[in-house]
Amino acid sequence: MATRYMFLIYSDESAMTDVTPEQWDKMLQAHNAWGESVAAAGASIVSGEALAMSTTATTIRKGGGSPVVTDGPFAETKEGLGGYYVVDCADLDQALALAHTLPANTVEVRPVIPTGP
Amino acid sequence: MTATPEVTRAVEKAHREEWGLVLAAVARLLDGDLATAEECTQEAFEAGLRTWGERGIPTRPGAWLTTTARNRALDRVRREKALRQRYPDLLRDDAVGAPGEEDDVVIDDRLRLVFTCCHPALAEEARIALTLRLVCGLTTDEIARAFLVPEPTMAARITRAKKKIATAHIPYRVPGDDDLAERLDGVLTVIHLAFTAGHVTTGAVLVRVDLVERALDLARVLAVLMPDEPETLGLLALLELTDARRAARVDADGALVLLEDQDRSRWDRAQIERGDALVVRGLRLTSAADPPGRFLLQACIAGEHAAASTWATTDWQAIVLLYDRLLVAWPSPVVRVNRAVAVSFDVGPEEGLALLDACAADPALRSWHYLPAARADLLRRLGRRAEAATAYRAALGLVSDGAERVYLRTRLAEVEAGGGS
Repeated sequence: MATRYMFLIYSDESAMTDVTPEQWDKMLQAHNAWGESVAAAGASIVSGEALAMSTTATTIRKGGGSPVVTDGPFAETKEGLGGYYVVDCADLDQALALAHTLPANTVEVRPVIPTGP
Repeated sequence: MTATPEVTRAVEKAHREEWGLVLAAVARLLDGDLATAEECTQEAFEAGLRTWGERGIPTRPGAWLTTTARNRALDRVRREKALRQRYPDLLRDDAVGAPGEEDDVVIDDRLRLVFTCCHPALAEEARIALTLRLVCGLTTDEIARAFLVPEPTMAARITRAKKKIATAHIPYRVPGDDDLAERLDGVLTVIHLAFTAGHVTTGAVLVRVDLVERALDLARVLAVLMPDEPETLGLLALLELTDARRAARVDADGALVLLEDQDRSRWDRAQIERGDALVVRGLRLTSAADPPGRFLLQACIAGEHAAASTWATTDWQAIVLLYDRLLVAWPSPVVRVNRAVAVSFDVGPEEGLALLDACAADPALRSWHYLPAARADLLRRLGRRAEAATAYRAALGLVSDGAERVYLRTRLAEVEAGGGS
């Protein structure tokens, strides 16, 4: 029985501001190659997206009175959430092994709570 | 019915020897559900306490307890819908393994359990707590006292770790060859830290015998289960050689006795021989291409000390050479400090002090009392009493251990009175 994990990819956004089209293509290729290695390992990618810079984020914070809408991401950190994958893996060891090979410096691996039927 | 002293003793003995085995076997049945396995194991020991008086103590208590705990687990699966859905195959007649394979499987289970408790996805403090609770069977309260935290804090820590294992699906298995060396080092580190925690405690008690002995038990089990891993033998050798000095480490008043002043006739010679034999076995498994690791090298150093019939005949040159190799295997500032002290006895306090002062800049050592204490001892040996007193005071400011404080205060009084060289 597979467990579903989300791989949250954090990166230093200052390095992402002036990425050339060539660098971007190279990055996409690296991610495509990684996607193939996931399938080869017997795991499967459910979904995955790259996210625009956290400077484009808007946060809604609820609690107390009316919801507050603010500019920017929920938490101010040096590293921003740059993208994610949802992957079905056999167990945490497989998830960590795959996360290790992701072309990214910091990856947070979180189990997904099953809510579907 | 209250258990007779005989039954109580039998259950206590089984608890120490079999707890981990029983829990590990049930956990395998439940596909690594450690929380349920722990409850079923606890219930099996309670059942033993209740019924052994009337029915007699079983000839193989471990087998009795394992069967009882397994039956409890199966009862639960039958009763609880969520568990029934999780283990659809468990209630089939042939689900529990054939009797013939019992022994091999049991041995493997305990390894599975210890590797799971020491998984790198868990925080180090959680790994130690979980290992002491689930593998060694210490109570949460005993573990809390060993690590100087309130019992509810320790209980929460253990619960959180068990939840993470279940939710994140940390697998219940021994890692494959690719990860084994790294993961084994994590397991050995946990056992070593448990042993060390048995020696560094606040208050009057200098050795927590329960912690020390459980750590030794676990190291012995690992050395049996993984006899071809030099580091596994190295850890057991290190613990045996260190523990052999237990009786001489504290004097009649409960004060700390330094290696230099210990009555070596009180060292446990049989234990030293066991440790030495393990060192020899471990070294045979190493080569120039696959050199000894940090536990085996530390055991070699402990072996050198054990081999000296007096402090004066200690082979410091050999010890410094071993520290050189240890520094390569394990480049830690703590090793560097210990090497400096060894150099002070091999070459002289002046040379040792220079090396020690070179370590002082390391921020990792800032709150470690041993550094100013070692510095103070070298200054005292050099006759620089005022500086020694300052260093002893600095060490006193960093140490909370009762017996260590007594030692440092005694030395401070000596240098202040103008003696102690």
